[in-house]
Amino acid sequence: MLRFVVRRLITSVLILAVVSAVTFFLFFVVPGDPARLSCGKICTNEKLAEIHHNLGIDRPLVVQYGDYMKGIVVGRDIIETGDKVHCDAPCFGYSFVNHQPVWETFLDRFPATLSLALGAALLFLLGGVSLGLVSAIYRGRAFDKVAIGLSLTGASLQIYFIGIVARAFFVDKLQWLPQPGYTPLTEDPGQWFAGLLLPWIILAFVSAALYARLSRASMIEALQEDFVRTGRARGLSARSIYLKHAGRAAISPVVTVFGLDLAGLLGGAIITESVFSIQGVGRLAITSVFASDLPMIMATVLLAAVVIVTANLIVDIAYALIDPRVRIS
Amino acid sequence: MTAPNMPFLDVRDLEVRFPTDDGVVHAVDGLSFTLQRGKTLGIVGESGSGKTVTGLSLLGLHDPRRTQISGQIWLEGTDLLTLGESELNEMRGEKIAMIFQDPLTALSPFYTIGNQIAEGYRRHAGGSKAAARKRAVDLLGRVGIPQPDRRVDNYPHEFSGGMRQRAMIAMALSNNPSLLVADEPTTALDVTVQAQILDLLADLQSEFNSAIILVTHDLGVISQVADDVLVMYAGRCVEKGDVRALLSRPQMPYTWGLLSSIPRLNSDVDVPLVPVRGAPPSLIDLPSGCPFQPRCDHSWRVAADRCRTERPVLRPSGVPGGGLACHLDEETRNRIVDEDLLPLWEGSRS
Ligand SMILES: Nc1ncnc2c1ncn2[C@@H]1O[C@H](COP(=O)(O)OP(=O)(O)O)[C@@H](O)[C@H]1O
Ligand code: SF4
Ligand SMILES: [Mg+2]
Repeated sequence: MLRFVVRRLITSVLILAVVSAVTFFLFFVVPGDPARLSCGKICTNEKLAEIHHNLGIDRPLVVQYGDYMKGIVVGRDIIETGDKVHCDAPCFGYSFVNHQPVWETFLDRFPATLSLALGAALLFLLGGVSLGLVSAIYRGRAFDKVAIGLSLTGASLQIYFIGIVARAFFVDKLQWLPQPGYTPLTEDPGQWFAGLLLPWIILAFVSAALYARLSRASMIEALQEDFVRTGRARGLSARSIYLKHAGRAAISPVVTVFGLDLAGLLGGAIITESVFSIQGVGRLAITSVFASDLPMIMATVLLAAVVIVTANLIVDIAYALIDPRVRIS
Repeated sequence: MTAPNMPFLDVRDLEVRFPTDDGVVHAVDGLSFTLQRGKTLGIVGESGSGKTVTGLSLLGLHDPRRTQISGQIWLEGTDLLTLGESELNEMRGEKIAMIFQDPLTALSPFYTIGNQIAEGYRRHAGGSKAAARKRAVDLLGRVGIPQPDRRVDNYPHEFSGGMRQRAMIAMALSNNPSLLVADEPTTALDVTVQAQILDLLADLQSEFNSAIILVTHDLGVISQVADDVLVMYAGRCVEKGDVRALLSRPQMPYTWGLLSSIPRLNSDVDVPLVPVRGAPPSLIDLPSGCPFQPRCDHSWRVAADRCRTERPVLRPSGVPGGGLACHLDEETRNRIVDEDLLPLWEGSRS
């Protein structure tokens, strides 16, 4: 198991190195001069050249990449609005727009996105998977039929539609739920929970449907496994048959899909954050793109890659914990 | 309590049907047999003849919402078909155990061999986890797994095919069942390992005095271990009897076909393998006559086209306990065996 984890860790680092290089070259090779963006309205050739020099983009691309990576790992000196400043590791540069360190802005926004995504993932995994498992056990009966109907409804809904409707109905009209929004957990846990409750439910409802159908299908398949029949032939209890034996087999495909689905979860966060006015990384990414704030965009892409690669690493380890055959090969 | 001359297991007129979208599948169609403790009944027949379905019925493993079962299965004076699910579940693994055909899929890939043996053992015998683990090690040693105290912590995929089948047997034997259903326990194995497994079953049987139903499509296996044989065709018994009598003088065309299709390992003449020609009938609309008729080489010998119009019922054959379902009269059958078949088979035996 340890060897498996170490091997997967090394691959993860390699993947991140490749992703960062590709992202870097893509951003700096694209036509358009980033210097113009921070140059301002009255832009003389000298001023442009100076900015080029300050940004370091008059040097070879590979050197720039090395510098950028060095900044992330150990920090580096940067000329920002004319002054030479030291940018501590992890250094992603300064925003072209508000001239704040990119990493600080990111740190400021990240907890909101993380709270939103983790809370929703927990809800839809627990809700979706247990709904799917139970309806597989009661396949063809009333419970199953209601569950299928519910998950079909969930799957056909879009966040920006049901989110706005739910907000108007439960928050504005009935006033059952407080205005959605993000309060840092460290500031006021009650507010944090209350503000995220509706976004969690909406985001979870839409994804839970997928996981309910997936886990129902994989549980139905698991219940037909020969080893489940062996368990029944030995008189094992229903609990052991369903949870210990069939459930474990049914959960592996769900874990795999969850790993693949993480990028989608982050994408969904962009929409959810906009619908519920939460200042997270998703909205940060959008505003940065519209403002052509290159260092900011670059950092969001890289950090999103870090999140996805890390989450996939966790998923792979979980998968190996579930299925001993994975550990060996 | 069991009356002295009452059989240990007495299956009467068992019918198992599966309603499907295409029609009702008559998987087992009026099967009767008896079995005493310490004896082995071999059930033989081609793939799809209803052997596994019969075995599963004995453990009550058919889904009651998708299966129609009728008849009686008397085990020591109790009709298993009248028991509820929880009573049956108490017996499964304890009194009646089953060994499945493919041990790779029949064992869970997610738990160690020891964990799986111990779980079933504790379910019925109770006791501590440590005691159950010790029992698992003992059983693995008993079925001939080397270094059982180490192997007990292996996963099924770390075992070879033969070892998995041994582990499967250890699992089935963990609570000393009095009835053991072994469904093609050696089909996936090579001949040497097959012989070892059959020896093992015979040893364990003499130790625990269990009754064994050995399901197979291989008459060679039957001849090594069974006391009685039941030949199944299309969900019915077409011939049964004492193993020596039946194999030396089989009585009806389907059994003749099966016997002619056994490879004889130690034959000096190179006899080609002839499987029974044709395919078994659909179990959804069975013909009104003999189900074997479309494939039978001898139906022309029966007068008045009876093979196509009248279903032959199981009637006593000459030998005690023997029976057969065929319209051919005794004289014709004896003549075919003596004049055509025995010389052919003698020639191919060493
Ligand atoms: N659950 C089921 N539903 C429908 N048909 C079935 C079911 N189980 C078995 N059958 C059919 O019953 C027949 C006998 O099957 P089986 O007992 O597995 O044969 P075998 O003699 O090879 O063990 C086959 O035609 C099979 O397709
Ligand atoms: S009853 Fe007729 S068709 Fe059937 S096995 Fe006997 S001879 Fe052949
Ligand atoms: Mg079978």
